[in-house]
Amino acid sequence: AMLDPDRGLSLTIARVVQRLQGSSLHSQLERQARVSLHKPEIKLESLKEDIKDFLKTSGWEKKLQNAVYSELNVAQSPIQPVLEHFQVWSIHNFSGQPGSWEKRILKSLNSMCTELNIPLAQKRPVNEQKELLNKWNEMGTDEPDLSLFRPVYAPKDFLEVLMNLRNPNYENGEQPSFRNHLGLIQVPLKVKDIPELKEDFSELGLNIGQLGIDDSAQVPPEFFENEHVCVGQKVLAEQDSAAAQQYVRQGCPTALRADLWALILNISNQPEDILYYEQLKSNVIQHNLLVDSLIYKDVKLTASNDDYYFVFEDYLYQVLLCFSRDTSVLEHFTYSSATPPKSYIQGKLGMEEYAVFYPPNVNYNSFILSVAPLCFLYHEPSKLYQIFREMYVRFFFRLHSISSHPSGIVSLCLLFETLLQTHLPQLFYHLREIGAQPLRISFKWMVRAFSGYLATDQLLLLWDRILGYNSLEILAVLAAAVFAFRAVNLMEVTSLAAAEAVLADLSTLKVMPLLQIFLFATVT
Amino acid sequence: FRIMAGKVKWVTDIEKSVLINNFEKRGWIQVAENEDWNFYWMSVQTIRNVFSVETGYRLSDDQIVNHFPNHYELTRKDLMVKNIKRYRKELEKEGSPLAEKDENGKYIYLDFVPVTFMLPADYNLFVEEFRKNPSSTWIMKPCGKAQGKGIFLINKLSQIKKWSRDSKTSSFVTQSSKEAYVISLYINNPLLIGGKKFDLRLYVLVSTYRPLRCYMYKLGFCRFCTVKYTPSTSELDNMFVHLTNVAIQKHGDDYNHIHGGKWTVSNLRLYLESTRGKEVTNKLFDEIHWIIVQSLKAVAPVMNNDKHCFECYGYDIIIDDKLKPWLIEVNASPSLTSSTANDRILKYNLINDTLNIAVPNGEIPDCKWNKSPPKEVLGNYEVLYDEEMAQSDGTDRDLRGRPGQSPGVKGSRARDSGKPVLTTWK
Repeated sequence: AMLDPDRGLSLTIARVVQRLQGSSLHSQLERQARVSLHKPEIKLESLKEDIKDFLKTSGWEKKLQNAVYSELNVAQSPIQPVLEHFQVWSIHNFSGQPGSWEKRILKSLNSMCTELNIPLAQKRPVNEQKELLNKWNEMGTDEPDLSLFRPVYAPKDFLEVLMNLRNPNYENGEQPSFRNHLGLIQVPLKVKDIPELKEDFSELGLNIGQLGIDDSAQVPPEFFENEHVCVGQKVLAEQDSAAAQQYVRQGCPTALRADLWALILNISNQPEDILYYEQLKSNVIQHNLLVDSLIYKDVKLTASNDDYYFVFEDYLYQVLLCFSRDTSVLEHFTYSSATPPKSYIQGKLGMEEYAVFYPPNVNYNSFILSVAPLCFLYHEPSKLYQIFREMYVRFFFRLHSISSHPSGIVSLCLLFETLLQTHLPQLFYHLREIGAQPLRISFKWMVRAFSGYLATDQLLLLWDRILGYNSLEILAVLAAAVFAFRAVNLMEVTSLAAAEAVLADLSTLKVMPLLQIFLFATVT
Repeated sequence: FRIMAGKVKWVTDIEKSVLINNFEKRGWIQVAENEDWNFYWMSVQTIRNVFSVETGYRLSDDQIVNHFPNHYELTRKDLMVKNIKRYRKELEKEGSPLAEKDENGKYIYLDFVPVTFMLPADYNLFVEEFRKNPSSTWIMKPCGKAQGKGIFLINKLSQIKKWSRDSKTSSFVTQSSKEAYVISLYINNPLLIGGKKFDLRLYVLVSTYRPLRCYMYKLGFCRFCTVKYTPSTSELDNMFVHLTNVAIQKHGDDYNHIHGGKWTVSNLRLYLESTRGKEVTNKLFDEIHWIIVQSLKAVAPVMNNDKHCFECYGYDIIIDDKLKPWLIEVNASPSLTSSTANDRILKYNLINDTLNIAVPNGEIPDCKWNKSPPKEVLGNYEVLYDEEMAQSDGTDRDLRGRPGQSPGVKGSRARDSGKPVLTTWK
């Protein structure tokens, strides 16, 4: 049913108000208002107006604006400009029982516990707590025996699940454009075409300056870079989240990126945030979770062997161990159809303070790769933690859970396949013929937001745009652009393995030219 | 037969694939040392023999070797320090602004080598300095060894009693170069990344010392220690914490064979720009280029600028937590062993680019050529300093140029090597 836009708007407002009420910003504003009563410019006759003016000039209104903006970005907006009724699917409409994917993970975890005779969660003995506290900063040097732990699932398992999704409420024939779809995804979600993408990503157009293109060594900095840096500094001085989000669509200067991302994500590292992180840390010290070993194993396998990320191995343990105990993340899942399973410390069933949750993706590999690039920007642990958590809640969780959201992994897969089939049909058919369905290769890139595949500076330029456009669709566009770029070689391969080989090394790619050419310079 | 006559004949006494593959891909012919050769990539032991007075070896015009006869003026730790000290004093004597000192008597622009003394020769001077800062840590290095061998840290005078000249326990130690040590102030506040210490390895090619012409390889790298750095004195014995030499790190339990604990310099740049800002990062890299050029200028007067020679040095630099670079040492024979696949590619390309500059067109060399390769053959090298170019610019600006000066002296883009990027040109 189409939602009345006005009703939807007041719902949104009500929700935002509810979330901000009782937040620390709320109490700070109250305090500020109260303090301002002592100021001479606040008169009783015009109390309301005067306090409002005061909050404006003292910068508190801007903080409130940023907080509202942040809430709007996180909450799944029920308002879509064009409402198709299949966009209000919940996970219950996908095949199998409601929440079947997450239940499967929990089942697998439980059976691992039984096999290995390890509880899901238990309290640590005191001497072990002391030891962990001492080596908190260098967990990378530990070498526990992890050979018995196996990953709960691999990305290709997840792809198998996605491939088998069907919506029983639908006949594929009802969506005419879908009738000829030859890719792996078989749910007819609505995805954008190139003209729509060009509009959405208009700031990436050929006539507009970009970092990642117009800051290369051959281009004099006066042409674009210097001016762009100045604008960036102004945006930071104004502390305006919305302006920052608009600005980063053209890329962040390296020196300003950390602050710009923090502004967009509304992270200010207040004392209460640091305290929260410390509480999580003490939770880690006190309790040992089964997933800790999985995290440990995954960090070892992933980051330790990466040319760029190995340096930050120790930070990764800290962030991920804390994250797995952060139940506040669960609040955000009330907006998404994914509901992560919860567990309780042994013997404390049902007591909320002893709850731990298992995020949808218990394959921490993808998590690790989404934290690691952030280590290039933030080295204060609590700030790094908060930035990661906010990125997860806004974006990355959509890569690991099943939903109909345009930035969800299902939509991204479909978008990728559609772009490729529509604009490079010869290549698509050829790869399909030789048993190399393109999604089989590009899935791992998208599910990791290209982390671990691109050079770090290129990855950061890509993530600038994720933040700028508040969408993950650019991942699908980039994946298609990579195939387009290597199309000549791909046309010559005759097996999946050979296709994988052509696309194995993305470390030399420059993402912005690829995106620009694919969107704006390819004949459609 | 005619075709064979035109091919470069090569010899080497270093059996490394990165070298041999490069020679073979140029179609060069391998010969033995006692035959007629054009190109000899030799170890430092061999160069000693070739140029020693006794052998009376005479190189002909079509023969090139990869070391300068007395490279040890730069590559032996004690001689490097001696030459730099001498150079500074000379500049001071002639009133050069480069030799300016601050209110504490430290050189403003030329203080890039940690305080160093020769042992046992300067033992008493060392003791005086040590007593000024009794809590400091010092690093002892044997003059003639490489790969981190024989190095240890001390923080008490008793630990180096052996080197005291009037020690009753040792008879007067003969000054054989094997037993000479240098002792330097240990940089105990290195810049840490991810809590780990690292040093920089940069490759610098010198084709001639007078006039000085040198090139910096763009693809240098950082070598990380696998264990977290701690300045605590209880870990002084743990060489895995302190020494970044791959040869030492390789035997640590945590050594990872896939990435070898290395970062590219461009990674380092990205990290520093992101976390510290662009200006200080540019300043750091300018300073690094500066200290390399100054070290070469310091030894240029005493170098035997034999026209048959070129040399590719491995510079080891440590950055402290105030982003000041320190020159630790210069290697004449940087390791050509590869610890990882990426490493092998890097070293292969390094040799390739080096040969393209040193042996123009891959043809039989004529050592009388002007050693000015065209820009196109530089590959991953950038001109670091070209004395001839600098002088022909009218003002000898580079000699007066100092780190942090206006970009006008440096050239347009800070991303390039900080020194003027000069196109050398036949």
